[in-house]
Amino acid sequence: MKIHNTTGGRIFDAANYVFLSLIGIITLLPFIYVIAGSFANEAEITRRAFFVWPEQFTLGSYEYIFSTPAFTRALVTTILVTAVGTLVQLAFTVTMAYPLAKKTLRGRQVILSLVVFAMVFSGGMIPTFLLVKDLGLLNSYWALILPAAINPFSLIIIKNFFQELPAELEESAKMDGATEIGILWRILLPLSKPVLATFALFYAVGIWNDFMSPLLYLSDNSKWTLQMYLRQVTASSDLLGTGNVDPNYIPPEQGIKFAVIVVATLPILIFYPFLQKHFAKGMLIGSVKG
Amino acid sequence: MAAPVIDTQSGEQALNTPPAPRKRGSFAVHFAHYKWLYLLLVPGVVYFAVFRYAPMYGVSIAFKDYVPFLGVNGSPWVGTQHFQDFFSNPDFPRLLGNTLILAFLNLGIAFPLTIVLALLLNEVRLSILKRTVQTLVYIPHFLSWTIVASLSFLLFALDFGPLFLFLNNVMGTNIDFLSDPNWFRPLIVLQEIWKNTGWGTIIFLAALATVDQDQYEAAIIDGAGRFRRVWHITLPGIRSTIIVMLILAIGQMLNTGFEQIYLMTNALNRSVADVFDTYVYFVGITQGAYSYSTAVGLFKSLVGIVLIFGTNALAKRFNQSGLF
Repeated sequence: MKIHNTTGGRIFDAANYVFLSLIGIITLLPFIYVIAGSFANEAEITRRAFFVWPEQFTLGSYEYIFSTPAFTRALVTTILVTAVGTLVQLAFTVTMAYPLAKKTLRGRQVILSLVVFAMVFSGGMIPTFLLVKDLGLLNSYWALILPAAINPFSLIIIKNFFQELPAELEESAKMDGATEIGILWRILLPLSKPVLATFALFYAVGIWNDFMSPLLYLSDNSKWTLQMYLRQVTASSDLLGTGNVDPNYIPPEQGIKFAVIVVATLPILIFYPFLQKHFAKGMLIGSVKG
Repeated sequence: MAAPVIDTQSGEQALNTPPAPRKRGSFAVHFAHYKWLYLLLVPGVVYFAVFRYAPMYGVSIAFKDYVPFLGVNGSPWVGTQHFQDFFSNPDFPRLLGNTLILAFLNLGIAFPLTIVLALLLNEVRLSILKRTVQTLVYIPHFLSWTIVASLSFLLFALDFGPLFLFLNNVMGTNIDFLSDPNWFRPLIVLQEIWKNTGWGTIIFLAALATVDQDQYEAAIIDGAGRFRRVWHITLPGIRSTIIVMLILAIGQMLNTGFEQIYLMTNALNRSVADVFDTYVYFVGITQGAYSYSTAVGLFKSLVGIVLIFGTNALAKRFNQSGLF
């Protein structure tokens, strides 16, 4: 459609373009400041109000945090929990979605209704906490993984995806004597790789960012994840459990905060382009009625 | 491996999976036929039973006096005692007020801003600019609340936060954003806007793409300007999406977002910061009043359900499509 642009229209366009560009830049500014600050020395951070480029480039803050056992432990823990948690979520979701995609399976409708019911109603924070406690999972990393092993929304989306795959593929495999587990493993999973990769990314971001589960379930601070550590570092001026540093060395307190924020954000920013490729589509599938 | 050509009814039957037995009585046959599928269902069903349905049963402690060593079943019933305690507690009106004020600020400011941003993005015909801005404004959605809170701590910090210094230079004020109770709500709404406005536009942009383009041409011929087209064509075109999103937002009103509020709460701003979600945590987890806090949580969920069904009924009465 060709729109005949009036003068007023052109002024609006120009103003709109400038405004939206500003919005984009403002969104990004806090990151730029934090990244710049993480490479600056302590004196510069306290002296300069705001900057996007450090006058004196230094890796001091990073050297400090990576020599802090509490930080490196939290980082390694978070990477492991994220990796295992993502695999567990994928495995639980796929194994449940596949049988539910079979329309002839008896009991399927009952289970699906129970899944939908669990989307709307939940036990809430305290009953879930008491369950985790009774299962003996307090201060265990499984407490961060198992209670969230299946997201009902993704379960339904993956089930619908399996349902739409052509039935002929399975039938020919059955002719060759494959069991359903064999079909799932050798035929459906390779076909679903792009979909599952998308879900894996979203699961990983969710686990990496999770603050509530470690807050509820990990009281032992030697088990803390990166988000808990970040909270501890940025909310207070005295650092817990840093230890093992030269007593004459005064830590760059502000610099540490900047550097920890950058490390906690970096994986998300690295994976963001892959996420972005898929999320609009995924979100719209999820919002379809019924 | 050449598959034989089959064109008869009987041949097809023989090759395909035999049809599943339908009669109720033959469940054993059905089960034997689908045994691998039922086996695959086991982990998922166990998950839902243990981590989704057991806590729902655990909600019954809201009507009991939960004692850990007696368990959920063994603890004595106390009826609605915890609910009565909660409603007569001076905390109740304060929590309700704090929660509702935050909810209305988000509904009144963040929600319309999402629609405005979507409309502005929709007017952009320079696709490279549109895509770049979208890419940038979606990013904060993927960051944790811990990072958002940490960024706020740095930017608004007393004495050396950039925004503190900026306002200090421009207006000569010394605002302690992070502990002054008056600044708690503006900060929460600002964080919400920064984190989720961009992301929220996705659903509206999708709706905007479905608005009938012919109407615009007709309106242009009739001499309608840019704003009249938006007002008379674009907005009515996405009305049902706006209503659905509004119903969902109202249903979520009491869910202020535990992580965000918890992270921004400190000893000085508790009077305005305490909301139902964080109250359940402080009273339940840190003080161990399990039954009482479960009752508070249950009250909150019930109000949420009433709100979502109520708004839906209201939307239907005004002849809108509603959510269900």
